[in-house]
Amino acid sequence: MSVPGVRLLLLLLISLCIPNVWADQALPYKIDIGRGGHCVRDPVWMRKNHMHLLIHQRDLTVREGKRDKEIDLRNCIECHASTKDDSVIARSDSFCVACHRYEAVKIDCFECHSGIRKSAWLERNAK
Amino acid sequence: MSDVQRRNFLKTSVGVAAVAIAPGLLLFKVAHGQSDDDSKVRWGMLIDTSNCAEGCNECVKACNKENGLSGGLAPTDSQWIRKIEIKDVSTGHQFALPMMCQHCAEPPCVDVCPTGASFKRYDGIVLVDKHRCIGCRYCMMACPYKARSFVHAPLHDQNPDVPRGKGTVESCTMCVHRVDEGKQPACAEACPNKSILFGNLHDPNSEIAKKIRAVASTQVRADLNLNTGVRYQGI
Ligand code: SF4
Ligand code: SF4
Repeated sequence: MSVPGVRLLLLLLISLCIPNVWADQALPYKIDIGRGGHCVRDPVWMRKNHMHLLIHQRDLTVREGKRDKEIDLRNCIECHASTKDDSVIARSDSFCVACHRYEAVKIDCFECHSGIRKSAWLERNAK
Repeated sequence: MSDVQRRNFLKTSVGVAAVAIAPGLLLFKVAHGQSDDDSKVRWGMLIDTSNCAEGCNECVKACNKENGLSGGLAPTDSQWIRKIEIKDVSTGHQFALPMMCQHCAEPPCVDVCPTGASFKRYDGIVLVDKHRCIGCRYCMMACPYKARSFVHAPLHDQNPDVPRGKGTVESCTMCVHRVDEGKQPACAEACPNKSILFGNLHDPNSEIAKKIRAVASTQVRADLNLNTGVRYQGI
C-alpha cells in the first residue's frame, strides 16, 4: 500500500473512533446548546430519552415532594439556556426549540414553566 | 357477571370502600387523600388576629411577589391570600385576618376533582398538579373558603420556582418550594407583627404545636369538619 493510502486508512479508522457526542455538527439544523458542559446522562442517550427522565421526576417532585438535586428542569435550563438571552425557548435555534421544531413535536412545558436561566431571573428580579 | 359481582364492581368503581357491619348495613369510607394522622409532618399555621394590623397588607404583597401574582383585584385575577376585615355588629369588635387555602386534612377540592389533579401531599399541603388539571373548576366551587383562582390569560416570565399557567386552577401552596428548602412561607416571613406562625403540627416540640396546646384556637367553619391546617387565634 502506498503511503498516502495508509494515511487515508488511518484517518478513516480514527474518524470512526470519534464519539457520537461530537456529531452535533452533523445535525441538520442550528442549535444553541448554551453553556453545555457535563450532562447528567450520556448526551446521545439524552437526545432520545430526556422526556422519560423529566416525566418520572416531575411526578416524584410534585406529588411526593421528592426533589432531585440533579434531575431538575431548572438545572437543564441553567446549563442549556443560551448565553446570549438566558433562554431555552426564545429563538428558533434555542436549545429546546431547535430539535422540537425540526421533529414537529409541540411541547407545552413552558406555558407554565419559566424557560429562563434561574440565576439570570433572580439577578433581574433582585430588588 | 353475577349480580353480586356486579354490585361489588359498582361499589369499588365509584371510589368508595364499603364494609358490611351487618346484613344490609354498610359502613362507607370515601377513598380520597389518605388520612395523614400517622405522618410525621403536617405543615400548618397559627394566625394571631390580635397582632394582625388593620390596613396592613404585607403578607399579601409578599405572596404576590414570591409567586408572581399581578396583585390585581379583578374577578379574573389570581388571589392566593386576601386580607379580610371583620366587624361584629352587635359588639362593635373589629379585627383583621389573612385568609387563604386552609390546607384541609379532608379537602373538598380533592374529593371533587375528576382527574386527581387536586391532591394532598404526605405533609398536609394541598396542591394542584397542573400537569393533570383540565381547568374544570369543580374545586373552586367546592372550596368553602374561596381559596382558589383560575388562570384566565397566558402568563409570561414566571418565577422559575413557581410554575403557573393559563387554563389551570391554583391556590396557596404554603410556598412549598420554600418549605422543601427548609424556609418559611413568604407571608409568614414578611409579617411585621409575627402574626403568622408556621410549623409542623405533628411535632410535639415545635413552636406551633406548643402554642396550639396552650392557647384557644379556632378553625374557620369548624362545623364543616375539614380539620384545617391553618388555624386562627382570637376570633
Ligand atoms: S381551603 Fe379550599 S382549596 Fe384549600 S384544601 Fe380546603 S377546600 Fe381545598
Ligand atoms: S380545575 Fe383542575 S384541580 Fe380543579 S377540579 Fe378541575 S381538574 Fe381538578
